[in-house]
Parts: sequence; structure tokens; C-alpha cells
Amino acid sequence: MLLDVRDLSLRIGTVGLLDGLSFSVDRGEVLGLVGESGSGKSLTALALTGLAARMGATITAGSVVFDGTDLVGLKESAYRRLRGKRIGFITQNPMSALDALVTIGDQVDQVSRLHLGLSKRAARAHTVEILSRLRIPEAEVVARAYPHNLSGGMKQRVVIAMALAADPDLIIADEPTTALDVTVQAQIVMMLADLVRKRDLGLILITHDMSVVAQICDKVCVLYAGRVAESGPVRQIFAAPRHPYTEALIGCIPRDGMAPGSLRGIPGTVAAVSQYGADCCRFAPRCGRADARCRTQQPLPVVTGTGGMLACHHPVDSPVKEAADADAR
Amino acid sequence: MQMPADAVPVLELDGLVRTFTTGGGLLRKGRSMTAVSDVSLRVAAGDIVGVVGESGCGKSTLARLAMRLIDPSAGRVLFEGRDVTQDHGPRLRPLRKKLQMVFQDPYSSLDPRFTLRDCLLEPFAALGETAPPGRVEALLDQVGLDRSFAGAYPHQLSGGQRQRVGIARALAYRPEVVVLDEPTASLDVSIQAQIIALLQELHRTSGLTYLFISHDLGLVRYFCTRIVVMYLGSVVEEMADPDAVPRHPYTAALMGSSFVPDPTERAQIVPLEGEIPSPFALPPGCPFAPRCARVQDRCRASRPALTQTTGASKVACFNPVEA
Amino acid sequence: MSGTVHKTGILATIRRSVAWRALATIKGGVAGGFLLLVVLGAIFAPVLTPYDYDIQALTNAFQPPSLAHPMGTDEFGRDVLTRILYGARTSLSVSVVAISISLVFGMTLGAAAGYFGGRFDRMVMVVVDLTWSFPEILVALMLVAIIGPGVTGTLVAICVAYLAQFTRLTRSQVMALKTETYVEAARGLGASHAFILFRHLLPNCLGPVLVAGMLATGDAIILEATLGFFGLGAQPPTPSWGGMMSSGSGLLFKGPWIILFPGLCIALTVVAINLFGDVLLAKLDIRDRLRVV
Repeated sequence: MLLDVRDLSLRIGTVGLLDGLSFSVDRGEVLGLVGESGSGKSLTALALTGLAARMGATITAGSVVFDGTDLVGLKESAYRRLRGKRIGFITQNPMSALDALVTIGDQVDQVSRLHLGLSKRAARAHTVEILSRLRIPEAEVVARAYPHNLSGGMKQRVVIAMALAADPDLIIADEPTTALDVTVQAQIVMMLADLVRKRDLGLILITHDMSVVAQICDKVCVLYAGRVAESGPVRQIFAAPRHPYTEALIGCIPRDGMAPGSLRGIPGTVAAVSQYGADCCRFAPRCGRADARCRTQQPLPVVTGTGGMLACHHPVDSPVKEAADADAR
Repeated sequence: MQMPADAVPVLELDGLVRTFTTGGGLLRKGRSMTAVSDVSLRVAAGDIVGVVGESGCGKSTLARLAMRLIDPSAGRVLFEGRDVTQDHGPRLRPLRKKLQMVFQDPYSSLDPRFTLRDCLLEPFAALGETAPPGRVEALLDQVGLDRSFAGAYPHQLSGGQRQRVGIARALAYRPEVVVLDEPTASLDVSIQAQIIALLQELHRTSGLTYLFISHDLGLVRYFCTRIVVMYLGSVVEEMADPDAVPRHPYTAALMGSSFVPDPTERAQIVPLEGEIPSPFALPPGCPFAPRCARVQDRCRASRPALTQTTGASKVACFNPVEA
Repeated sequence: MSGTVHKTGILATIRRSVAWRALATIKGGVAGGFLLLVVLGAIFAPVLTPYDYDIQALTNAFQPPSLAHPMGTDEFGRDVLTRILYGARTSLSVSVVAISISLVFGMTLGAAAGYFGGRFDRMVMVVVDLTWSFPEILVALMLVAIIGPGVTGTLVAICVAYLAQFTRLTRSQVMALKTETYVEAARGLGASHAFILFRHLLPNCLGPVLVAGMLATGDAIILEATLGFFGLGAQPPTPSWGGMMSSGSGLLFKGPWIILFPGLCIALTVVAINLFGDVLLAKLDIRDRLRVV
């Protein structure tokens, strides 16, 4: 396993934000980390790259084993050698990820000069090669341009190029296509999938959009309010979602032939961090299958037949008792 | 929704053109770009017309032209058959009660210093009128927000809840037409579905007419009764039936770029190559020609006009995809 | 019902303002407390001191600080503390009134220039930039020379000297705010320019502009004292801090307390105003950041 996260828990002050997360990703594999805003997915990314400590967060339990080494408790200096070099990070907003006053080439060069110790000339050649591999036309010209000369899609490619410049083993992409047009999103997503195959990378894709997951992920891990709701191979999860939240997330996307009015969404919103309950299923207030047990007892994640996990008292494929149903109302 | 040929559409855009000039100074002449070029559109009462396209295609400019928030460079806006293109300031007030808008960004479309009550009373205060008693509560009920929210400030609300306030504010005067400018683009998909369900409910119960601006063809096909596809300021296709097979190669490409929440349908994705050309330097022929897989020589020489295909559908293409 | 919209006007904005929270910090509390003390001292001067500020008692001249005269007496035998308390009335009221008038004019001018733009904006900015290119003291001296010394002259001088600053600040705030979607939304609701300016734009730029006004008041006190020192401010026997320092400057060795206490008063008041302004600014920044998140 390239990255193996076990029971990761994290708190800021007295508030537990992540609670027992487990997932893993191997080389050549794409893991989708899915959830709505407030589900803790971006915080998870920060925790994996050791940046959560800067926000005052402490990891209280669990392990993050990357290529055989546990990253929990790693010194900042050691983390710095890892970030950018072995773990690439693609941020959500390409507009603010680039320095407006530095040329594209210099920004990408920096990464390979710092982490690979390349000379100025070699770094530029490396940069041009990566840019053209990301199908940026006239890469040498683009390298001399400034960010404001490029479109949003081009900028996102440059951010990806920066993440790739030091030849990392793992890439974490936090909503890499949210700010982009659909046709550009399709280009970028297909390109990422291609990279994973060709360079044997591990990719963690953070998104709120199940259709992106369906498109390129091999495995998916659905988060809700800092906990894992369900995880497993993507085909099984989509063919037969077992957690009501997973099912609802998939049902949020309009598809051809859907009857008008059949798209309902998920009622309510994710609870604020300060309102996180401990001894309950945090999805219960929004769940049609919830009963008294869901509100008083936390469903612990159990390993499923497909090697994934499920944390639900009343999975979609289980019969709901009439009494429980009435209670839910 | 078909309308009889002689029926007056509630909102009609007739040959709208809007150019913007940028970068001009004292000595330098600015460059001009055409954001909307010769767009005509008839919206019948009860219709949900979807305007779909990528960023820079002019769909938001079209929404603002229709709302009379900006003046067209040429063309007319007609509301219930009356030309309102020359109306300004106080003369537009009767129109404001009948034509309303919901904005994309629920975070900046509400004044941070206004409580929700203030936000919902603003439509009345703006016209110097007094709201009927209980209107605020009725509006909150209508969009599914708890009445206790009336005293809250926007920052205390989630994005979805704010967008509900934006919708409620647009409904304050019981308008006939609501222009929806990407009302769900900055929301999570789960919340997007909630808001779309709410809009559908309001359409059904209040008999509203929508002009729905979006970049998401899948969503437009689900939600709208008629679809207009824009590319670089022009309408390239009008689909009278949202479930119809697209005829314009661009519409087909948009569909081919939409992801489907089903891992077994992956192979169908055909990403469109290239980028949208700069609106300052438009190619002479069909604006889509440089990226089009079905391009022919004449596409680069002259621009195809919007011509009728089947029923009320139209396409602007010399070599459309076979139906 | 529609009356409730008025609640979001300027008054409510001040009530919800950060001033209260600024007072709760140590720095803000000490600075704010000191300012409150000075203001109360100025208001209740007749109650606080048994002496008059203008009755001369030459037999009592040059008394060093004692229990009867905590800050000593001046060359005419007048109690320095009494004169400082009465002087605070002149110095503070002239500065505060002048800055307030300047704020009102500057905000109106700046808001109009920023909102409407175009030729009007360019005209206003040319004038504003012209006055801004001279130091405030120079502008003030020029104006006092034209109008003549005295309270009115000082008032007008301070008012004009700071006008450019407030105009520019309000203009830039309004220009940034007018691109917010809620302004466009208000236009879509049929709101008039006045409605947008007074309900949306001005309340939202009030915070930073008021803090700038607060900080400028500190500067204005120094400017007022400087004019007084040159004998261009309030005319004798009306006491002013600058005038007191001026008359004490020749007596530095005979009665150092005569110049020391007014000087200390000016310095402490200005420092207190700046400190309090700093705290306000910090609180304001944090709130604005929270609003974005």
C-alpha cells in the first residue's frame, strides 16, 4: 500500500473534527474522498500533508503510513522534504495558487530545483517537458508567460504541473475542477486519470460530486461530518450503495430520462462542528431510515464483503421495521 | 411547452447585441468585444427556458440584458408585448414587480448588514412601499426556511439557506418571470438538488416563468422545458424538447463532457479539445469551427444562420449531427 | 413593517460596531478609559475645580505643584490644572467638530465620486489630490492666514486639511463595494441611487472611515495645538493646550510645570486616541475576515 490511513482522529482545541478515518490508496489507483462542504474532506487532505498542525490541529489517534513510514508525529523539517517531492498537492482554486508576479516557468522550475536539485537550465527543460505532456500548446512560450495570460483551465494545468514537477508518488487533489467549465473539467479529469496509469501514481481526489467519482475513481470513501459513512470499490458502491447518505449523494445528480420532481436532494445541511454529537449517527437528522437507535448509538464502521467499510445501523439493503419507521416520523 | 403562433410571449428578446470596450485610456482606443451578438428569444408564460454555455459565452450578460440591468447596444427587450428597452430608473419600476432575478453567488448577493427580514423587505423599501403584514413570514414559509430565521444575518446561514433567501426576495412581489443566473453553481450537489426541487415546486404552485442560466447541460435537460445553447455570444442551438438528441456539434460535445454518476458508462466521455478562443479575436466563420470535429471549409469562411430543424428546434450549423 | 429596514441604517451600524468590543481589551480599555476621563474632565471642569481659568492672582504666580495646585500655577497665578481642563474643551471640541464636519463632507463627496464615477469623479479627484500633495499643516496655515486667527479659522483649517483623506478613503471603499452582487440585486429590485448609497454602500464603508476619522482626530489635536502655539488658534484668555505651551515655552526654567503638563496632556491624549484606533482597526479586520468565511 502506498498510503494507508488507519483510525485517524484529529481535534482542534476540544472539538474532534475527524473521527476514526480509515482508507488506503495504492500505486496506479484513484481514491475518491467524497462529502459535502463541512464533511472534513479538505481537513483530511491537510492532515495527510502535515499542514493541519499549522491550523492548531492535533492528531489524537491513528496512523498515516506512507510507503512504510508513519507520518504521524513526523517533524516539520522531515515533512517539508516529503511535501512537494513525494506528495504533490493540487489546490481547489488555480487562480490563487499561482504567484501573479512570477512567470509560469519560474514557478514550476522552483519545485524541481528545490526537490530534485536540478540546475536552472535542466529545471526549465524539465518544466517544458511536463507542460507539453499536460498538452499545453507551445510550452516554451507558456513558460515565459505570467498567470494572468492564461485561462482558468490552463492555470489548473500549471498547478498540476507544479504538483508533478518533483516526480511524486502520491498526488492529493482538492476539488481540482470545481472552478472550471464542464468541457475543461472533462479534459483535466481525463488527464489526471491518464497520469495515474502512465506514471503509476497514487491519486486521492477530493470532491463533492459523485459523477466525477464515477468517472475516474477505483475506490471511494464517503465522509460525513468527520466520519467515514461508507467506503469500497467504486463499481460496487454505485451499483448497490448501502449507506443512505451514499445513495442520496448519487441521487443528487440529474440524469437523462429522470422524471421531473424526482431530484429531491438531501434535506438540511451538515451539522456545524460545534454541534457534532458523539453517541449517535451524525447523518440521522437528515436520514429517512433513522430511528431511536441512530440518535443514541454511534454506528461503528464494519468491514464489508468487498473490503470496504460501512457505518450504518440500517443499511439501504436491510428491511426497516415498521416501528422504527413510525419512530422516525 | 408549445405556444400558439399568435400568443404574445411574456418575455421577448429581439436581436439583442451588447459590446463591451475595455482597456481604453486617454490616448489609446480600447478593444471591444461582443459579449452577446444578435440573440433573439421568446419566453412563453409557464416556460422554463434554459440558457446553457461555458464561461464567457455571454449567458450572464444576456440575463442582465433581459433584466434591464444593462443597456443593449442594439435590439429590444419586450415584456408582455411592451418595448421596455428605452425605460430607465423610475419608469422601470412596474417592470421590477413582474420581472425578478436570483443571483449566482448567495454569499455576496445579500448585504452582510441586513437581517433576513430586512433582505425580504428590501424589494418593498426599494420602491418606497410598505409590505403587507405577514409577508416576510409567508415568504420564509414559501422557501422552506424557519420563521425564526427572520432576525438572523446572512453569515449565520449556510450557502443553501442563503440562496433560499435570494429566491424569497425575488418572490416578494409575486413576479411573473424570474431570471435565475446560475442559482446553484456555487453550491454542493446535494444542496443544488434541494434548490432545484424548491424551484420546481414554486413553478408548479405559483405559475412562475423561468429564464434559467446554467453551465450544466445535464441539469438544464432535467429542469427546463426548452433549451438555448450559447457559444461565444451567439445562440448555436435551440431545443424545443429538452430530451432531444443535440444537433449542433458543440451541444453534442457539452453532452459528451458531462459526467454520469455511473462507473459503467465511462467510455462515453469524449472531452472537447482546445480552448474557447478569445472574444477579442473571433474567427470570421462559425465561432466553434476551430474546435469542431465536423468542421468543413465553408464553416471557416462564413457564419451559419440559426435555421429550423424539427418542430420549433433550431440549429446554427452547416453540418449538424444527424438526428 | 417597512420601517424595520431603517434599523440597518447608520445608527444601528454604530450600535453593532466594534467600539464596545474594543473597550473590552486591555489596550483598548486603558486608552478608552483615559479618553473618557479627559472628556469628562472637560465637561465637568466648573465642578471639578474651585478656581477660574481667567482670574489673575499675581501674588500666586509660579507656584510649583502642591496639594492646592496639583499642577502648579502659571506666570499670572492661574491654576494650570484648571486651565488644562478648560483648555481640553477648546482643543477637543475644535478637533472633534472639525473632523466630524470633514467626515460628513468627505464621505458625501467620496461616495458620490466612487459611485457615479466618470467626469465628476475625475474632477473631485484632481482637487482632492491637489490638497493632499501639501502637508496638512501647510494647508491649515494658509487657510488661517486667509480667514484670520481664532476658533473659526482653526475649525475650517482642520476641516479642509483632512477632507482629502476621507474623500479618498470613502471613494475607494465605495468603488470596491459597488461591484458586490447585493448592489446589483438592489438595482434589480428597482432601488434608486440614493437607496443604494444610503442603505447599502455607506453603512458598509462606515467602519473603516470612522476609524480613520478617529485616528485623524489625534492628528487634529496636534494640529490645533500647533496653530495655538503659533498664536493662531483660540485667542487669550480662552485657554487652549497649544496656547498654554506657547506661553510656557519662555518660562521653561522659571516654571517648567507650566509647559510640561499641557504637553503631557496633548501627548497622552493623542497616544490614547491612536491606541484605541488601533484596537478598533484590529477588531474590524477580524470581523471582516469572518464575514468572508
